[in-house]
Amino acid sequence: MSGPRKIALSTTPTPEALAELQLGDVVYLDGTIYTAREGVYMRALEKNANIPMELPAESAANFHCSPAASINEDGSFTLGAVTATASFRFAKWIGPWMERSGAKLIIGKGGMSSADYKRDFVPNGAIYLTTVGYGTGALLGRGVQAVKAVHWNEELGLAQAMWVLECSGMGPFIVASDLQGNCLFERENAKIAPGLAAVYEGTRPAVLKRYGETDDRTDEVI
Amino acid sequence: MISIDLIQSTAETLMDKAAIEIPQDYLDGLRATAAVEDGDLSSFVLQAMLENYEAAKEDRRAMCGDTGCPRWYVKMGNEAVVEGGPVALETALRQATANATNGVPLRPNRVHPLWRTDHDNNVGIGAPEIEYGFEPAPPGEGNWIDLTTVHKGGLFGTDYRMLFPSDGIEGIKRFYLDSLVAFGKRGLACQPAIIGIGLGGSKDTCMVLGKRAACLRTVGDRNPDPEIAKLEEEFRELGNSIGMGAMGFVGKSMVIDCHIEVGYCHTGGMQMSVHAFCLSSRRAVARIWADGRVEHRTDPDWFTPYQRRETVGWNEAHREAAE
Repeated sequence: MSGPRKIALSTTPTPEALAELQLGDVVYLDGTIYTAREGVYMRALEKNANIPMELPAESAANFHCSPAASINEDGSFTLGAVTATASFRFAKWIGPWMERSGAKLIIGKGGMSSADYKRDFVPNGAIYLTTVGYGTGALLGRGVQAVKAVHWNEELGLAQAMWVLECSGMGPFIVASDLQGNCLFERENAKIAPGLAAVYEGTRPAVLKRYGETDDRTDEVI
Repeated sequence: MISIDLIQSTAETLMDKAAIEIPQDYLDGLRATAAVEDGDLSSFVLQAMLENYEAAKEDRRAMCGDTGCPRWYVKMGNEAVVEGGPVALETALRQATANATNGVPLRPNRVHPLWRTDHDNNVGIGAPEIEYGFEPAPPGEGNWIDLTTVHKGGLFGTDYRMLFPSDGIEGIKRFYLDSLVAFGKRGLACQPAIIGIGLGGSKDTCMVLGKRAACLRTVGDRNPDPEIAKLEEEFRELGNSIGMGAMGFVGKSMVIDCHIEVGYCHTGGMQMSVHAFCLSSRRAVARIWADGRVEHRTDPDWFTPYQRRETVGWNEAHREAAE
């Protein structure tokens, strides 16, 4: 089996490097990434706190992640496994965050909708990378060379803090959106949907409906 | 008397094992699934997961960065006496959870639901959950305690619905498929998974049954009711025929195994819950004896004939009949 293409990518990628990427490519990252999820977005965007990094010069790679990690008494860090958290919940912040941070790579779990990609990602020249599995936490943890800093852990707790990670060959990630805003997961859903009717044969809708329920199987929960 | 220090040190070991070591039954199941998966992307994902389990064991680091919400299932032999009593037991399990969160390390997932405040140790109000069961034993063989820790992940892949007798098996199948397809898209359920189904009870116990079916039974285990066992196998195949694999990519690996547990319910209803235990099926078990022996295993062996009993009382004749 040949499998998908494998590509090394910088965390401060050029527009040309991003244009090369196709849906389903497997990517390994080199450089600095930082974690930011709802805690960081709310603090930076709603409370207008100063972001404690030079973005995007230091990194254009925003990881939707809380690592399995701890801060030791001497101030050093122990970092074990690293995996992403589901990104669809962050849709309302992602556009303003990309404008503020210059992020070009959004890394997370499960992707976002093509509507999000076309509205926020395409104008900012950004793409989405999904983690694999989920989750290959030990493999991704191996790709982290060092924890460079942790910001806002006092204010947000370890799980929501901004972890700054130095990475080498960190992966695998899968390209889940391209510069045109196409969505890998929606492409796969569309391939699967035509077969669902046959699978549902011999089943029956519940006698007690749920308010707002649909039987449209092309629907998604995100 | 069962030593409280031994309980805590064993609990810490279990926390470590659960987070790092994929149970052999799930690993064998995933390997068998990977061998027949022919979707390109789905196959790549399964191979990456198999490599990930090896990396976790080699490095002694957690399999997944989301290390779930640690919880405890405690089962006591009929003659179990714990040093310091049940309060000491619960303190030891809470302390082990906190220590392992910093020691392994695990992700400190647990926060207050409203204030989002955090002790950074997975301990807080109602956390970790500690659930209890008891087990008959012949005289002189019941002074033991089974500790099972499950670090169940996933905000998705679990659902509940009130069905009714008129919904029948067709309705059960429908809700099963709805749950797998809804949460299988984009791989939100972290499939292929062990799927647990709870049927009956009441709303809360139905959820408990389904969760225990997913987390406390091993791959290949069948319900002792032959008709339910057939349904389990049928549902496993049905799930794998959806056309969807890992991460919601085209494929045929959704369900490593399907387990169904039932409880008596209201005559008018047929409660149903569906639970997906993810690609990192974190569970670890040990039996601790009063004489200091500790026996580690990965099968919780929770659903014994006694746990599924239908009778008022329980004696040797009941046990033999059940077996």
